[in-house]
Amino acid sequence: MIYLWASLVFVGLLVGLAVLLTVAERLLINYGICAIDINASETTLEVEGGQSLLSGLMESKIFIPSACGGRGSCGHCKITVLDGAGPVLPTETPYLSRSEIRSNVRLACQVKIREDLRVTIPEDLLNVQMFSATVASTQVMTHDIKEIRFSLNEPTEITQRPGQYVQVQAPSPDGPVFRAYSISSPSHEPNVVDLVVRLVPGGIGSTYLHNLNVDDPVIFTGPYGEFHLDEDPDTEIVCVGGGCGIAPMKNIIYTLYERWPDRKCSLFFGCRTTADVFYLDEFKELAVKHPNFKVIYALSDPIGPEETWDGETGFIHLSVDKHLEAGMKRQAFLCGPPPMIEAVTHVLEEKGLVEEDIFYDKF
Amino acid sequence: MTPEVSPLVILIAAIFTNNILLANFLGMCSFLACSTKIQTALGLGAAVIFVMTTTTAINYGVYHGLLVPLGLKYLQFIVFIAVIAAFVQFVEMFVERFSPPLYHALGIFLPLITVNCAILGASLFMIIRNYTFLQSVAFGFGGGAGWTLAIVLMAGLRQKMGYSSIPRPFQGVAITMVITGVMAMIFMGFAGMVTIQ
Repeated sequence: MIYLWASLVFVGLLVGLAVLLTVAERLLINYGICAIDINASETTLEVEGGQSLLSGLMESKIFIPSACGGRGSCGHCKITVLDGAGPVLPTETPYLSRSEIRSNVRLACQVKIREDLRVTIPEDLLNVQMFSATVASTQVMTHDIKEIRFSLNEPTEITQRPGQYVQVQAPSPDGPVFRAYSISSPSHEPNVVDLVVRLVPGGIGSTYLHNLNVDDPVIFTGPYGEFHLDEDPDTEIVCVGGGCGIAPMKNIIYTLYERWPDRKCSLFFGCRTTADVFYLDEFKELAVKHPNFKVIYALSDPIGPEETWDGETGFIHLSVDKHLEAGMKRQAFLCGPPPMIEAVTHVLEEKGLVEEDIFYDKF
Repeated sequence: MTPEVSPLVILIAAIFTNNILLANFLGMCSFLACSTKIQTALGLGAAVIFVMTTTTAINYGVYHGLLVPLGLKYLQFIVFIAVIAAFVQFVEMFVERFSPPLYHALGIFLPLITVNCAILGASLFMIIRNYTFLQSVAFGFGGGAGWTLAIVLMAGLRQKMGYSSIPRPFQGVAITMVITGVMAMIFMGFAGMVTIQ
């Protein structure tokens, strides 16, 4: 009998506390519907309060880039919140510079919607859509690089500028995360999106993508990115890529020759060994059709005794230095590891390019 | 029973002579972790005062109104912990609603108040010392205030310590422990002021 009482009292007490807590939650964590005013009243959204600004915007089909799934560990989801965000939180400060804090830049995933907000979102991001697609083909390029083609289902077309990227949704133990990959298919093929993916050991996104089979469904958002191709046909385009950094370059080059068959363009591609070389035949073919297109592949590791190689050797920035004469009107696109970007930027600046004409993507 | 001691005396005693942190060394974990900034220390201290006062009051009611009549005194530990856990949840919601920066600054230490031994300690002292209701509430409030006093003093010292050259082996928690010991000895100076058990 005494045990019955004991259990009854204990369970009763727990139930009572649970009820009290539920009531308190209803009263305290209820923010009602809040309005988000975007770009000085251009658009106004009504979203449910209590969630993060990132998920609130995502609900309304505004996709802010975010790689970590809203846990505040990537620092990609920066947007300007003019009003209603409250003070900057300790979880945001590591990702924000002083000038960003002064101009009200916040991490959208850390800002909780508690009241009406006024935010500024770049026009580009408002055009970002969520796509559902199926894998049309996968092709092994090198021992760790695969080219994966998605054919778009909903919406059926993507409007992208060459050099832009998409964020592919990949499953992870902590819920879906997004990983960024450059689009390598040219912008005149709006029904497909090609990605060039290097398998990173232990990487969530690359492991997921490498294990996809034909007809598997995928979801991604895009296009994102600041690359802007110069519309003036007299400007020479310089593309420098390392490893799977060739993806945006392929997009830029094919888009370029679709529009301006005679435009001058040089592609520099840096690899380690002959085993890492891919797309070379396609580019050589293109160079035959368009005489103003120069392809330079360079290997940084010594060439093995049985291998044949008729391209350049050494680091890619040395080839850039060798093949470009100074003082031309140029625009450059770089994509590759940070030391490569730094070395190439240095060379390009010596050749007379200004900072605004050098676009780069470090990874 | 100690009905003759006025609640006010217990309140003063709990802050100075019987400081729950410096005399009983309860609640050291969050004391060491959250004493780097006065602002954070004050916030956590306020939360501890609130939780300690409220939980001693509720636990008094639960113990004397429910457990003693039913002869279930042995359930006191688990029941006290359940009450404390529920209250900390409530405080967490409250702080998140009204002070997000404090909520993020306290981080994991806010939910950890649940297992802050000082809170459970206060409820258990109340039983051992046979306090009346008013005495219990005074003890709970005083205990929380004493803990807050200690952590805020420590935070002040640690902020100053940022500018002093501490020998390498003493940096970090080591010097904090040493200072806590010194503070405890200083508080012993209050010993003659009032006496409770």
